[in-house]
Amino acid sequence: MSIRRPRISPWHLALAPIAILFGLPFAWMLISSFMSTAQINRFPPTIIPSSFHLEGWETVLGGAEFPRWFLNSTIVAVVTVISNLVFCSMAGYAFARLKFRGSTVVFLLILATLIIPFQITMIPTFIVMHDLHLSDTLGALIVPNLVTPFGVFLMRQFFLNLPIEVEEAARIDGCSRLGVLLHVAMPLAKPALATLAALTFLVSWNELFWPLIVINTDSNFTLPVGLTTFQGAHSVDWPAVMAGNVLTALPVVVAFLLTQRTFIASLTSSAVKG
Amino acid sequence: MEALASTSTAARRPQRRLRERLLGENPTAWAFIAPAVVIILGLTIVPVIWSLLLSFRSSDLISPSHSVGLANYKALVHDKALGAAVRHTLIFTVLFVPLSIVAGLGLALALDRRIRLIGLYRTLILVPFIVATAVQGVLFSFIFDQRFGVANSILHRLGIPSQGFLDDPSQALYIIILIALWGSIGFCVIIYLAALQDVPKELKEAAAVDGASRWGVLWHVTIPQLAPITVFLVVWQTLTALQLFDLVYATTRGGPLESTVVIVYYIYLQAFQLFHAGYAAAIAYVVALVLIGLSAMQIVYRRWRVAHP
Repeated sequence: MSIRRPRISPWHLALAPIAILFGLPFAWMLISSFMSTAQINRFPPTIIPSSFHLEGWETVLGGAEFPRWFLNSTIVAVVTVISNLVFCSMAGYAFARLKFRGSTVVFLLILATLIIPFQITMIPTFIVMHDLHLSDTLGALIVPNLVTPFGVFLMRQFFLNLPIEVEEAARIDGCSRLGVLLHVAMPLAKPALATLAALTFLVSWNELFWPLIVINTDSNFTLPVGLTTFQGAHSVDWPAVMAGNVLTALPVVVAFLLTQRTFIASLTSSAVKG
Repeated sequence: MEALASTSTAARRPQRRLRERLLGENPTAWAFIAPAVVIILGLTIVPVIWSLLLSFRSSDLISPSHSVGLANYKALVHDKALGAAVRHTLIFTVLFVPLSIVAGLGLALALDRRIRLIGLYRTLILVPFIVATAVQGVLFSFIFDQRFGVANSILHRLGIPSQGFLDDPSQALYIIILIALWGSIGFCVIIYLAALQDVPKELKEAAAVDGASRWGVLWHVTIPQLAPITVFLVVWQTLTALQLFDLVYATTRGGPLESTVVIVYYIYLQAFQLFHAGYAAAIAYVVALVLIGLSAMQIVYRRWRVAHP
């Protein structure tokens, strides 16, 4: 009879401290959102507080600003994700399956826009939004992101790899191209659609630069813009700033923890295919 | 009712055939790609040309612009503030790119094993990357706050005098590099972890049988096999570094004493704070050409790799 001792890998000695180092700032963010300003103003600052306070959260959740920004961020993210799923699928399917004049040229042009940096398109885009009377509205945050070149590329690659026989069977039964896309191809494309949804949500929720340029009115801010503005105005009320920070980070972190595989697939897809 | 429906589809079918014979699938296809064409080409290809024209003009975004020839491009050569922004951006890039890639590779190699808690370690290292840069910046503004921050509190306990961190012109840029590393090493880790799964086991085993040490296998088999991914990451991280904006905005807004003004932040100031849109477009164009050049090199390299495996 042999006694098996669970052997603890020596790798933990290196990995555990590093992982803690990456996680610790978040712990500090959460803890300090439950402190009072008096606790934070002490020198040297408290690290583990003796009592918990809700003032910071009351400022953030009880005020008009953060709930509104949360709503704005949600509207922009939801509309952008849905429109990307629909429009990228349509375009990706057309480029993968339909034969039409100009398809190669248009597809290459769309592909080429992947390497165009935002800095050269932002000024004209700002003027276009102004002329469309969209500047300073949520529309200005949605319209330029309704469909993305990466999404079109991703969906095209996926549809190209689907077996064509099922679609042909549906075509012979008299199904239109739209019918085939909706009832045959898209249900098979769920993994690609999940990848696209995760990436689009992440980018939309976290975006700071473009909303900062195109939105001026407080009530139309999204969370990242609101958060940085709030911090500038309330730099002594750190508990409230940290509560707002938790609120901004939470949806992305929760979505990530729930669907880690999908998120990781969407992040690595840029390296493997882009 | 049923009979009626079937005759009407039967009547419609030849009609569709006729249309398809004449036009092929052109109408359907163009309907499918119309949203993508309007948005992507309309808001990228058109602005690319528009920006180029704008860079030869003087414009404040609102009133009518007028032509200034090459004046914007001549001015940017002599702009000392732009020179400083370029210098800050290059310092950031030169430190951020190699450090994030080396740390990412090291951590990926350490995380590429089946031990307990490995999932937790991977998650903790990746989470900073997925939260908004605004969140990272605001969080570390607090941690590195001169008076209330936990960083000075720790230094105090160690008997080290308080530091200015983001308020100190000689430290701020390096603190921003540190925050950027915390926020993006996770990306390099997952890319390398994914690539490590594709390194053929037989190659490593063959090297080990031939008497190579663990380091030998790592140095002569694993790392060369990862070369295409390393090239991708070098280009990707360089593009990210040269386009640094969010983190600067969320921490220092270019201060203190303009010690953290980077190129894209300078373009933002010129275009949307000082309303020198033509000049901003000229700077953006020069930067964009560098960025596009880098991307093109990556694409050429990839093609070459495929042709010469």
